[in-house]
Amino acid sequence: MLGEAMTHFRSALKRRARHDIVEQMYVAGIKSLGVITVVALFTGMILALQTGLELRRFGLQANIGTAVTVVMLREMGPFMTALIIAASVGSAIAAHIGTMVVSEEVAALEIMSINPVRFLVMPRLVSLMIMMPLLTLFTNIIGVIGGAIVGATQLEVTMTAYFDNARLFAQNKDLYVGLLKSVVFGMVIATVACHQGFSTTEGAVGVGRATRRTVIISFLTILVLGYMITRLFYKL
Amino acid sequence: MIRFEQVTKRFGAKAVLDGVDFEIKKGEVFIIVGLSGAGKSVTLKHMVRLLTPDEGRVLVDGECISDAGSKDLERMRNKFGYLFQSGALLQWMTAGENVGLPLREHSKKPDEEINKIAREKLKLVGLEEAFDKYPANLSGGMRKRAALARAIIREPDIILYDEPTSGLDPATSRTIDRLIADTSRKLGVTSIVVTHDLHSALSIGDRIGMLDGGKIVELADPAGFIASKQERVKLFLESQYITRKGSWEESTAS
Repeated sequence: MLGEAMTHFRSALKRRARHDIVEQMYVAGIKSLGVITVVALFTGMILALQTGLELRRFGLQANIGTAVTVVMLREMGPFMTALIIAASVGSAIAAHIGTMVVSEEVAALEIMSINPVRFLVMPRLVSLMIMMPLLTLFTNIIGVIGGAIVGATQLEVTMTAYFDNARLFAQNKDLYVGLLKSVVFGMVIATVACHQGFSTTEGAVGVGRATRRTVIISFLTILVLGYMITRLFYKL
Repeated sequence: MIRFEQVTKRFGAKAVLDGVDFEIKKGEVFIIVGLSGAGKSVTLKHMVRLLTPDEGRVLVDGECISDAGSKDLERMRNKFGYLFQSGALLQWMTAGENVGLPLREHSKKPDEEINKIAREKLKLVGLEEAFDKYPANLSGGMRKRAALARAIIREPDIILYDEPTSGLDPATSRTIDRLIADTSRKLGVTSIVVTHDLHSALSIGDRIGMLDGGKIVELADPAGFIASKQERVKLFLESQYITRKGSWEESTAS
């Protein structure tokens, strides 16, 4: 399905397809900002607190800037964003397409000679491939700010010291690899969700099953691929 | 126009269609009746290859649709309009957007022109005021009429109706019947209607075929269908209080 959807990428440039993609970007991106903000903020705060408490035992709490930033950029940013999007947007895509299959809307598209993969999958795939890195960037920024707040309020690390320390050790590579992961995760979520949606049978029960499977398969694939990409770019 | 040649379709061990063999002529209103689960909708889906036969083949204008390649299939499907049992309107689009969708996808017409044509088609089915309404805000009968407007917007040669009156009250059912008859006459299309409503079948059909046990057990015009000597047909007629005495009109009047 991923391959077939990619063959329709050229049609993404058409005006009507662009409209669908922007609509999907709004659904996947803007509507997820609230939950992503809360999760990112607390992820950064927890990271800062946990690492800060341990580092303080050795008088090294000034390094939480690096610890939080590197972990957010490399792993937690793309990972947390992907989990949120898989659970909210991925499950919604599976439920939407699954319901369309059950109510014969997909069959109606076929009769009208409208390719369901181009019409339904391509806009969702493209929108997630664009929105995932943007959302991940947002998660990274909010997470790092969360860490800075904990550093300043509970670990006696000033904001200036926190960000200076982060700038000193965090590399551009950390950001790029994290963003690459986010694009891959976006493709995984869209493909799994659409595939599960199209595979729906047996009415409402089937829609529920497709939704559950989407979340589980996406989570597992994201975990495994996350490790593989990390292993590829960061050799021991 | 459409020819079934020894079509067999099995779901598991059950042969829903078992060597079905019949032909539908150009321009006629052909009705397929039968009990629930007799394979009526399965037959319809074979005509546009939403299902493929396990054995046999389906010909449309002399071309085999059952094994057509994707380009040929698309070309052959362009001859069809299909009214699904549920209407199958896309829920996130208004009735007007639904009706205009086939043109939006397959023509280079500007949106204003597409909307104008969509309004005309909605007017044809008596639903002009529903242009901006979403399917969730339409009644069952209105949804089916909007779906019919979508089915005819590209002016197909053949329109397939899957249980067009199921779930509707008798008055709305008769309105849909009239709409099917009018559409067939005005547009000169071939209409194939799947129903278990014999009142509809006898009112609008040129020929009626009854599916039972995976086979066409009767194929006749309305008068011949009522006069059928087939036991299954007699039982089916009696189940809907249609007697063999006199004509169909007399029997409904009584």
